[in-house]
Amino acid sequence: MNGLNKQTSNAIVWLILLTMPYWMGAVGGYTELASRVLVLGLAAMALNFLLGFTGVLSFGHAAYFGLGAYGTAMTIKYLAPSTPLAILIGVIVGTIAAALIGALIVKRRGTYFAMVTIAFGQVFYFIAFRWNEVTGGDDGLTGWHRQIINLGLTKIDIMGNDKAFYYMVLVVFAIAVGLMALLLRSPFGRTLIAIRENEQRARFLGIAVEQHIWLAFVISCLFVSLAGTLYALLNNFTDPRALRWDLSGNFVIMAVLGGMRSFWGPLVGAAIFVVLQDYVSSQTENWMSFIGLFFVLVVLFFPRGVLGIIKRKVTQ
Amino acid sequence: MSQLLLFNVFNGLIVGAFYALMALGLSLILNLSGVINFAHGGFLAIGAYLAYTLMPHIGFWGALVVAPFLTAAIGLAVERVLIRRLYGRDPLYSLLLTFGLAYIFEDGTRYIWGAQSVPFPIPEMLTTPLSTEMFFLTGYRIFMVVLVAAAVGALFYILNRTRLGIRIRAGTLDLETVSVLGVNVRILRNLNFGLGIYLAGLAGVLAAGMLGLSPTIGTSLIMPSFVAIIVGGLGSLPGTLLGGLLIGVASGITTVYFPSATEAIMYVMMGAVLLIRPSGLLGEEGRIQ
Repeated sequence: MNGLNKQTSNAIVWLILLTMPYWMGAVGGYTELASRVLVLGLAAMALNFLLGFTGVLSFGHAAYFGLGAYGTAMTIKYLAPSTPLAILIGVIVGTIAAALIGALIVKRRGTYFAMVTIAFGQVFYFIAFRWNEVTGGDDGLTGWHRQIINLGLTKIDIMGNDKAFYYMVLVVFAIAVGLMALLLRSPFGRTLIAIRENEQRARFLGIAVEQHIWLAFVISCLFVSLAGTLYALLNNFTDPRALRWDLSGNFVIMAVLGGMRSFWGPLVGAAIFVVLQDYVSSQTENWMSFIGLFFVLVVLFFPRGVLGIIKRKVTQ
Repeated sequence: MSQLLLFNVFNGLIVGAFYALMALGLSLILNLSGVINFAHGGFLAIGAYLAYTLMPHIGFWGALVVAPFLTAAIGLAVERVLIRRLYGRDPLYSLLLTFGLAYIFEDGTRYIWGAQSVPFPIPEMLTTPLSTEMFFLTGYRIFMVVLVAAAVGALFYILNRTRLGIRIRAGTLDLETVSVLGVNVRILRNLNFGLGIYLAGLAGVLAAGMLGLSPTIGTSLIMPSFVAIIVGGLGSLPGTLLGGLLIGVASGITTVYFPSATEAIMYVMMGAVLLIRPSGLLGEEGRIQ
């Protein structure tokens, strides 16, 4: 796609996101669903920073998403009733865990890397599940609520007003996505793409491949845990399912469904996935089978994703 | 206290044997075809429920023989129809496909057999404790350990002594050369997949007798199997066996002293292994990346 096309598509995406709460109701959705699209879209885009742009297959990102969620929930419940502080602590917790685990696994590649991330993805799930007194165990962490943001001059009531919360999420989303775009355009981001295309050649050019992949992993997990903090605030609740393997798989399918090679792809995939899941689970108890079938069909028939197919049609 | 410890070590050994049986099947498929079979736990559940359905008609022993074979047959069909299409593609796709299958299997067993756990009767001769002091040594537990040992022995016999097994091992090292030498690689991969699923089905029947039967039985056993493979070393089947037993015993011992860390201990072990010996206990560096 040429520059003009890129600008148009950017403009379209932002226009849709800015107006979403106002037409979501008319097409059968609700504001909370719009917020969920944004939050899971951010998670899928953050995963894609690693999956699509560095070419590293991570199947355990829910761990850092859930750590962000628990960090936020526990801060508000036990420490201080402040939404910004809760977000900050959630992100710090998730990022530190990613930095430590990333250092252990950074030399693995391909299926081995995927295996190790799957396995490590479950460790925090079991901790949250077992540590009843602090995490609430299987029932989750309740008894807390997102707090009104006090900016000094004015207060933003994200507590009672769903639309206000949506726009707060949108601001955070915009900052995060803007930072990821900047990073991908920087020499660092270009190096990641070079590693994806040909790791051996990148190594011969003197690029410290392991350090780059580690940093990409940590950055990706930082934004995933940011999404996790927003997820906890959205639900006013978190439970071990925010950390579980099936959520990791859902992030990956969102990225693949939308198109791993395009910047906005995972957001498109997340939107389709979230709306579909919402609809199917309201229609049938056997929604898991439908989601599973959906995975199979995407892999067999849409491996390039929605935006990948559109892009191909345009260039042909 | 020492009896409690002994009880938990033995318990851990049995659970570890399940992990090992699962993980060996996963390893077989991973080594030859490069597919991480996320649906392995689903196959385990299918094996267990098939045995449950067959038991009133052909008895426990009949079900124990037949159910794993039926599971393997389903595995052969799934490989032929779905998984075969993804060989040679990015491992991402086979992982996502089997992930979707895991959803379908779990939901499917829930749909057919109900969400509630069902009792899985085992013959009376196997349920009586052998002595009052060693109350945990029921015949069924001894029987399970013996059967798992026999299954593992048979697997290693097949891999080392039969033509199929030798071809599987050769294909793990260099599939292209094996193909050039006139072996039908598609059939080889198909049979290898079936062999792995057979082990999952067998583990399912045994696990149902010990842990009870519910649709989530597979998902609760698959994660430790991944850990077992990594601890033992990717690409090494003896390593996978060792890894499974080790993490089983370790979590058994942890249950005594620090019950809330029963699962976490496995991950601590995995972290330690990756730190000290990144290729796993018996893995060879560079065999499988």
